[in-house]
Amino acid sequence: MTVNSFSFSRFVDVTLPKVVIAPTALACLVGFYGFIGWTAWLSFTNSHMLPHYEWAGFVQYVELFGNDRWWQAMWNLGVFGSLFILICLALGLFTAVLLDQKIRAEGALRTIYLYPMALSFIVTGTAWKWILNPGLGIEKLLHDWGFTGATFDWIINPHYAIYTVVIAGVWQSTGFVMALFLAGLRGIDDSIIKAAQIDGASLPVIYTRIIIPSLRPVFLSVFMILAHIAVKSFDLVMALTGGGPGFATDLPSIFMYQHGFTRGQLGLGAASAMMMLFTAAAVVMPFLYSELMRDRRG
Amino acid sequence: MADSYRQTTQAKLARMGIYAMLFLLALWFLAPLYVMLTTSFKSLDDIRSGNLLSLPQSFSLDAWKTAWDSACTGVECGGMKGYFGNSLKMMIPAVLISTLLGSLNGYVLSMWRFKGSDAFFMALLIGTFLPFQVVILPMAQVLGMLGLENSTGRLVLVHVIYGLQFTTLFFRNYYVTVPSDLVKAARIDGAGFFLFFFKILLPISIPTIMVCLIWQTTQIWNDFLFGVVFSSGDGQPITVALNNLVNTSTGVKQYNVDMAAAIIAALPTLLVYIVGGKFFVRGLTAGAVKG
Repeated sequence: MTVNSFSFSRFVDVTLPKVVIAPTALACLVGFYGFIGWTAWLSFTNSHMLPHYEWAGFVQYVELFGNDRWWQAMWNLGVFGSLFILICLALGLFTAVLLDQKIRAEGALRTIYLYPMALSFIVTGTAWKWILNPGLGIEKLLHDWGFTGATFDWIINPHYAIYTVVIAGVWQSTGFVMALFLAGLRGIDDSIIKAAQIDGASLPVIYTRIIIPSLRPVFLSVFMILAHIAVKSFDLVMALTGGGPGFATDLPSIFMYQHGFTRGQLGLGAASAMMMLFTAAAVVMPFLYSELMRDRRG
Repeated sequence: MADSYRQTTQAKLARMGIYAMLFLLALWFLAPLYVMLTTSFKSLDDIRSGNLLSLPQSFSLDAWKTAWDSACTGVECGGMKGYFGNSLKMMIPAVLISTLLGSLNGYVLSMWRFKGSDAFFMALLIGTFLPFQVVILPMAQVLGMLGLENSTGRLVLVHVIYGLQFTTLFFRNYYVTVPSDLVKAARIDGAGFFLFFFKILLPISIPTIMVCLIWQTTQIWNDFLFGVVFSSGDGQPITVALNNLVNTSTGVKQYNVDMAAAIIAALPTLLVYIVGGKFFVRGLTAGAVKG
């Protein structure tokens, strides 16, 4: 009896936790790491409509790197990503600082600033597609206001369409950045600020010299998240412009989807997916590394 | 005296400026919602004669009716209602399963650590940064091999697998803050693995459960990538249907129907946000700032 209950409690202590975690471990190992390996393998094959698993070397990468559309998509990602991140950071921080001035109705304002984050990018894209409609959207509004010669056709203009994606993306994500910065601002030790005030430092000086520098970790994580959103951006562009006009707003994610799923170019799709992974890793790795180093020191 | 007077008027002006800017920001965020709502209540003639900011000449629910049960999304013309149902049928089990598994995982990874459990947690964490494009090709192959044809079933499985890293993270990060004395006391009292979890831990985790439920609900309801890749025909979720509705160009473009459909697709998550805003924000920031 005692022996039995002993081994039972040993089972509970040692084996049961592992049994509980097993499904997730399996899903994680297979679903993340296994599938990354699988995609990598596919990217070295000649797969078209159906997967083949014979090694074909770098043919897909050669094709990818010789593909103008791919470079257009990467360029667009660069333009969209940097503007999206910069404007979100600036506007989000600005809004958070404004909201941090003991504002009446702060709760209501916060709710208004943040609600776009609850929406699907498809909804956001649909709404902005209508607002930016060249015939009936903002352009018509400007005409009705008396600016009869005004044109605002960015969404169908190959040179400007990418900026409409930035506008819609910023609209959706700024509130979130604001919330993160506001949480950071609220976490700052009041006594430092009071001491600076006693020393006669003005509010702008306190913000630029003391408060904003101390938000460094928040900047870092906000940057990470925005970069991550930018790299995997897909639904917003699909709804807003569908990648067009032409390939003016094409992104790697759309390139990957179309080659991998609708054009029967599995190998090329896999190669582009791997490049997306490397892009994401290039952004994330320095961050993870610095976090790890900090943990080790702390 | 005059100096301090000047200072107070200056301070007042500054505050007015701050409020003015906050108000303008509020307008910028609310404008699209206003445009969507007013457009959805207009007739097509009304849309052509008015502009984005004008109010409807006559208040009409026709666009909503069309959006709900007769708008065409590609070849099918049954409106959004079926797809709304699809999204619900996919979301509810996926959210519940991923939350339950996440809470159990978090429990093990914080209170029943074993050799390698920290490494496993790290492996999960890295998963939160994956662009899903890198796993969808193999996933499509595997779903095909499994013979899982049903769109809802496919999406539930996929959303559970790729939601686990987030749900586990939420619970693990909460459970590491629970005093270890509580665990020790419970073990001495002979409370077993599951008894302790269900009787003691879960009741005190209700805020974390809320955060997790709300996060998963919005993630899964709003997903488009998995929906467009792993579902087909009349099994698609509402985001995919909305995109098909808006971007299929057959006949006259009915902007009012598009807007009504977009609001229908947005309503559940907006409702969740309004009701559980506090938990929503906490979820966003927790998911962001991580371990």
